[in-house]
Amino acid sequence: MSKRKPYQREVSSKWWLAQAFYSKYMLREGSSIFITLYSLILGWGVFRLSQGEAAFNAWMESLQHPSAIIFHFIALLFAIYHSFTWFSLAPKAMDIWLKGKPLEDKLIVSGHYIAFIIVSVFCLVVIL
Amino acid sequence: MANKTIKIEILRYRPEQEDKPSPQLFEVPYSPDLTILEALQYIKDHLDSTISFRWSCRMAICGSCGLMVDGVPKLGCKTFLRDYFPNKIKLEALANFPIERDLVVVMDDFINKLEEIKPYIIPEDNTKCLSDGPHQQTPEKLAKYKQYSMCINCGLCYAACPQYALDTKFTGPAALALLARYNRDSRDAGSKQRMKIVNQEEGVWGCTFVGYCSVVCPKGVDPAAAIQLLKVESSKDYLIGMFKPD
Repeated sequence: MSKRKPYQREVSSKWWLAQAFYSKYMLREGSSIFITLYSLILGWGVFRLSQGEAAFNAWMESLQHPSAIIFHFIALLFAIYHSFTWFSLAPKAMDIWLKGKPLEDKLIVSGHYIAFIIVSVFCLVVIL
Repeated sequence: MANKTIKIEILRYRPEQEDKPSPQLFEVPYSPDLTILEALQYIKDHLDSTISFRWSCRMAICGSCGLMVDGVPKLGCKTFLRDYFPNKIKLEALANFPIERDLVVVMDDFINKLEEIKPYIIPEDNTKCLSDGPHQQTPEKLAKYKQYSMCINCGLCYAACPQYALDTKFTGPAALALLARYNRDSRDAGSKQRMKIVNQEEGVWGCTFVGYCSVVCPKGVDPAAAIQLLKVESSKDYLIGMFKPD
């Protein structure tokens, strides 16, 4: 008679704390929560704009609150972290071949940074 | 120097005598050129002959000796005691697979998945006759898939994948990398058949790009890249399907 009795290990709900790699992954994915909230606040601002100047100014006023400033600071940190991790992963999702050779990873990554800087500078110039 | 030892804790499971695994500590003579696999062989030969583990080639080709070393999926033959000495090393059967016994896991699900993705060249219908000679392939065409053909089916990437841990229906890293290997081969015409597997929720879309599979791979295969590139193909397939349903 077979004595086989394969043992299935449970996945702990803390699996993402077991390895620093997993924790960083969760931070990267968790950044979406802050970016979603930021987008909703921004969307709310557009809605307030449609209600007239007073409403929009009230929204602008509410953004001066220390908690709003702290939230936006955290959201910015997460957005930067997300961007950097995403740029470093970008070569895995791009299959570019030039003259029979795959494009070097560092060229793809630096291309993303250059585009990021150009867009950021353009946005700043438009705003200021 | 000659008397140095290292402690190795092994998570043991003997189905005929216990209901769940429990750790057992061993102390083996230390030498910087010893691998984890050799330490296990020492334990089996000199300390406890009942210990079970899988191995064959001792040179990272057969893919048999995968196990968790301090919680990280590794090949026993390619991991040296010197990288852990003087600390204790914790060994456990490869994560995310059921434990058959001690360090041996049940790999049936993984093997089935490898078979599911049609891991063979599917030629075009108007295939040429054997007498026409072999299919020609340039080095450039070979380079398109070669990396993905280096997989030794050790299963480390499955042990590293949290998505597979949470839902074993996910096709998983090695099988999808192997699928990419055939889809990218210029001699193959089976992409259309394989895209059905790729497009499923359990196909590439089960992957959330954790990326640890590519880190632990002992052969430099990049399953995470294979899957992300297949996601691009799957999206294209979806868009084309909207305009050109077949």
